Amino acid sequence: MSLSRPLSMAHFDMAIPHAATSIKQMKEAGTKVVGHYCVMAPQELILAAGAVPMALCATKEEPIADGEKALPRNFCPLIKSSYGFAITDKCPFFLYSDLVMGETTCDGKKKMFELMSQCKPMVVMNLPPSYEREADKAYWLTEVERTKAVLEEQFNVTITEEAIVEATKVLNAERRLVQSLAKTMQADPVPLSGLDLLKVLWSRNFVFDRAEFAAQVEELIAELEERIQKGEGALPKGAKRIIVTGVPTGLGAEKVLRLLEESGAAIVYIENCAGMKQFLTEVDESKEPLQGVADKYLATPCSCMSPNKTRLELLAQLVDEYNADGVVDITWQGCHTYNVESRILREYLQEKKGTPFLHIETDYSQGDSEQLKTRIQAFLEMIA
Amino acid sequence: MSTQQSWTIGIDAGSTAIKIALYNGQDFFCGQRPSGWSPRQEAQEMLDKAVKEQVAAPSEAEKTIKAIYATGYGRVSLHFANKAMTEIACHGKGAAYLAKEALALEKSLIIDIGGQDAKGIVINNQGRVLDFVMNDKCAAGTGRFLQVTAQALGLEVTDLSTIAEEGTDRAHPINAMCTVFAESEVIGLLHKGISRQAIVAGLHQSIARRVVAMVARLLPREESPILFTGGVSCNQSIAKAIEAELQRPVIVPSQATYAGAIGAALYAWEDQKGDSRT
Ligand code: SF4
Ligand code: SF4
Repeated sequence: MSLSRPLSMAHFDMAIPHAATSIKQMKEAGTKVVGHYCVMAPQELILAAGAVPMALCATKEEPIADGEKALPRNFCPLIKSSYGFAITDKCPFFLYSDLVMGETTCDGKKKMFELMSQCKPMVVMNLPPSYEREADKAYWLTEVERTKAVLEEQFNVTITEEAIVEATKVLNAERRLVQSLAKTMQADPVPLSGLDLLKVLWSRNFVFDRAEFAAQVEELIAELEERIQKGEGALPKGAKRIIVTGVPTGLGAEKVLRLLEESGAAIVYIENCAGMKQFLTEVDESKEPLQGVADKYLATPCSCMSPNKTRLELLAQLVDEYNADGVVDITWQGCHTYNVESRILREYLQEKKGTPFLHIETDYSQGDSEQLKTRIQAFLEMIA
Repeated sequence: MSTQQSWTIGIDAGSTAIKIALYNGQDFFCGQRPSGWSPRQEAQEMLDKAVKEQVAAPSEAEKTIKAIYATGYGRVSLHFANKAMTEIACHGKGAAYLAKEALALEKSLIIDIGGQDAKGIVINNQGRVLDFVMNDKCAAGTGRFLQVTAQALGLEVTDLSTIAEEGTDRAHPINAMCTVFAESEVIGLLHKGISRQAIVAGLHQSIARRVVAMVARLLPREESPILFTGGVSCNQSIAKAIEAELQRPVIVPSQATYAGAIGAALYAWEDQKGDSRT
């Protein structure tokens, strides 16, 4: 058996470099761009408004020093990074956004958006505290309606029901496709490394043509299936199988994932928002279009929701489906909700499955790499 | 000593000291020296010396030494080792060996405080790690922390235990847990005229409190033993402070400093047994 990398990864290696140039061309051609941060941002509405949704990368360490000029140092690095990019024009995607969409997912972001609104036109969607209560669902629908109105006004368009239905179909198809990509990771050996899986999912935000992205993923899936047939893997057969969860860990902030793979583990699933979270459920097409969209996004199992039982149940199920040997839960320093939820999750998995669990609290710096390596290696030795 | 005997060796290259343990399946021979500027060179010298004294003439060493396993902070730099394992696995194994009588029950907790970090490790009676916690980046409550504060008080680390005993009844609380802040807090207290005895006793209590809070999640059932290992376990006053904080007895095995090296040698031994070449 040989360890190798799928050839189709070449598309995804180039996605981000390409994006920086294509965004400029798109803008020159008059395309409207909406930047968004959280996976709860209803992308169907942006597409239906004839604009392009763009995830604003907040995964780089570089702008943090600028972010810290205005924000407390002991803040979540993701927030400091987002803000640092916003005030420095170092991020082309922020720079080219005509409108920025934010969600009040945590107190840090909520207050940061107040500062950010001085640099860009913004629509900040106020999230209700829970996705379970009917009153909260009804309230969220009004936020989605308000956002739709802001988009219409900003771009001087009417967002029709048909356009929402159309956008929903495109994004639902993409969700199903990404799910079948994830399923290939159930094989042993894994046909794709976890870092490459992350790269594909992250690139999704940088390929603006949905059909182009779908074609690239289809090609990759075909290659992965062939590899599985031949027993080819990106990591050795029998490598410890790890599910990564917690805060978003996009490219630039993939430190823990890298340390895991360097220590010989196979990352078989990335549950967080840089990974599969946004692709896991579809918009129910049988519902009234705007309602369907609102319901799908509100149901996102994020730790900012209370209670958040869905995430616990989901992880227990993923441990079985992906035959995982352990779960690694990552928290950014200063992220209180994921930090506390880590304990809840640990106890839940302990009780339901006895799954080995490692909680890592870190930031975007490399200063703790050695210490993290020891903890990760000890964790892998423990589940050996 | 028969040159036919096989040996395995564990080396624990810690941040302040290097520990070595030689094992022949029956007995351990242990030694240590400060890590110095080049832990790798220190470890090599130590190994050569130990092999000469305990095992055989250097010409025989090749045949009799079956494996060398490295652990600790500097484990990856020891290029002559056959395998590197984390100190968590090795301390677990070593502590289980050192306290075998105590480990009748399914689970025990080891509190290990070393030069740079503090850990809590849950093991079964075979020394297998079931769960663990480790302090994060900062050195609060570790050997390094003790060293810095001892210096601020004009003391040697080795004096701390005795001095604390004299001040236990009037221990002065220390609030800062960051090494840098604790140092200035200690200096401030000295200026206020608080006795060194009371300050040291207070420091020990705060270390105990911190480590107990860290391992709280791992505490085993009432009857299960709790072991204290690592360099800082020589400080009996801290051991007592931990007992007081936990309200449970804590066992400090006699060779507690060597737990990591012993564990590494034991792992090497077990792996050799499964190896048909021997
Ligand atoms: S973790 Fe929560 S707040 Fe962050 S992107 Fe995901 S859903 Fe949004
Ligand atoms: S990681 Fe946590 S603290 Fe940071 S932005 Fe997301 S929810 Fe907020």
